[in-house]
Amino acid sequence: MNEPVSLLGRAVIAIERPLKEAVWDCRMCGQCILHSTGLSCPMRCPKNLRNGPCGGVRADGACEVFPDRPCVWVEAWEGSRRLPLWRDHADHLNPPVDWRLQGSSSWINLATGRDRRRPRGWVSEAADAQRA
Amino acid sequence: MRSAPSRLAALLRQGHFVVTAELSAIDSPDPAVTLNRAAALRGHADAVNCTDNTGAHVHLSPLAAAHLVSEAGVEPIMQLTTRDRNRLGLQADLLGAAALGVRNVLIMSGDDVSAGDHPEARSSYDIDSMQLVRIARTMRDQGTYLSGRRMESAPSFFIGAVENPFAPPYDFRPARLAKKVEAGAEFIQTQLVFDVPRLDAFMRRAGDLGLLERVAIIPSVAVPRSARGARFMKEKVPGVQIPDAVLRRLEAVPVARQAAEGIRIAVEIVNQLRDIAGVRGVHVIAIRWDEGVLTVIEEAGLLPRPLAGAGAAVAALP
Repeated sequence: MNEPVSLLGRAVIAIERPLKEAVWDCRMCGQCILHSTGLSCPMRCPKNLRNGPCGGVRADGACEVFPDRPCVWVEAWEGSRRLPLWRDHADHLNPPVDWRLQGSSSWINLATGRDRRRPRGWVSEAADAQRA
Repeated sequence: MRSAPSRLAALLRQGHFVVTAELSAIDSPDPAVTLNRAAALRGHADAVNCTDNTGAHVHLSPLAAAHLVSEAGVEPIMQLTTRDRNRLGLQADLLGAAALGVRNVLIMSGDDVSAGDHPEARSSYDIDSMQLVRIARTMRDQGTYLSGRRMESAPSFFIGAVENPFAPPYDFRPARLAKKVEAGAEFIQTQLVFDVPRLDAFMRRAGDLGLLERVAIIPSVAVPRSARGARFMKEKVPGVQIPDAVLRRLEAVPVARQAAEGIRIAVEIVNQLRDIAGVRGVHVIAIRWDEGVLTVIEEAGLLPRPLAGAGAAVAALP
């Protein structure tokens, strides 16, 4: 079930959705990681991959599922090489999607920290580093 | 613990060049069918992959297959795709596999349903393969589910993942391997190798990144049975690249001798792979042709395989 959206949320979404859809073909997952994907929206990947390309990418760089489209992750990798910032973010292990946030505003979720809430058993890289 | 830890892991630790094979997809409810196919590979392969609805076609579940394979005295590697189950189903099957004594798991996203016999299906893709590797690792190392809830005891797994060095973006592939190792992968089975120089370049890069000490790379070698079969693989199986030179070589011999030529090609590739630093074994597969697989393992000089008890004996040495 998606989480209910407040009046403020709806107002922000009215701006965020058309803008991000027009620029990035955004799918409104509500937990944006465009900065770690060379500004290529990973939710356009038919397998919803948030950590890199699958093994089915075609030799010409096209998607396994839609041969007439470029692989989202080929674009992501090339895009991330061109970014002045966040280049190393392509190496980050992105956590599982919280599907309750689908359709909500990632700007608000970023501001409130809602998009950084993880399942308790998700061992993040930060926790890894602490253990090491 | 119900049974011993992964023998495949032990063999790799001891420095053996391992051989894995694949149980051809099963469409029979009769356990004898699975038992017999597994038994045919016994003594030739150190472990046998049980695929998960391979090519997005429905077959016997990998959990059931893995259980039967171990009943046949062969160590299974249970494949698990994120295509058909959500995070609850995946964790349940990982725990179920552990309860049945399955000690090797191989995690992947899986071919899309559009490649299979139910193209109208809705895929799960609730989580991705990288995340599932991390979840499996956490189940094992912390004894907790993704939710954070504790299991009664932690399962024991040797955790594998896949990589395709032959698919773009080529530069990203070693970085993605690093990410899978970071997520918790301990062994990697690659996509089919026909282009050995490309694999060599991938391995060198993985070496530069310091990954070869942290993960055992097991490239896959296919045994083509005919030029037609090879062409089908190149055109229809997602992610498989076959250089034209290989196809021409198969097409240059009469149909009746193409199987023998396919075996020669596979043996040559196995021998080339053995010379590449960091290659820790081979995964030999054919499409419904166990005899081809067995012959390649024999002719590449990979027999005899280490004995079943070898693990414990060598582990006792100082």
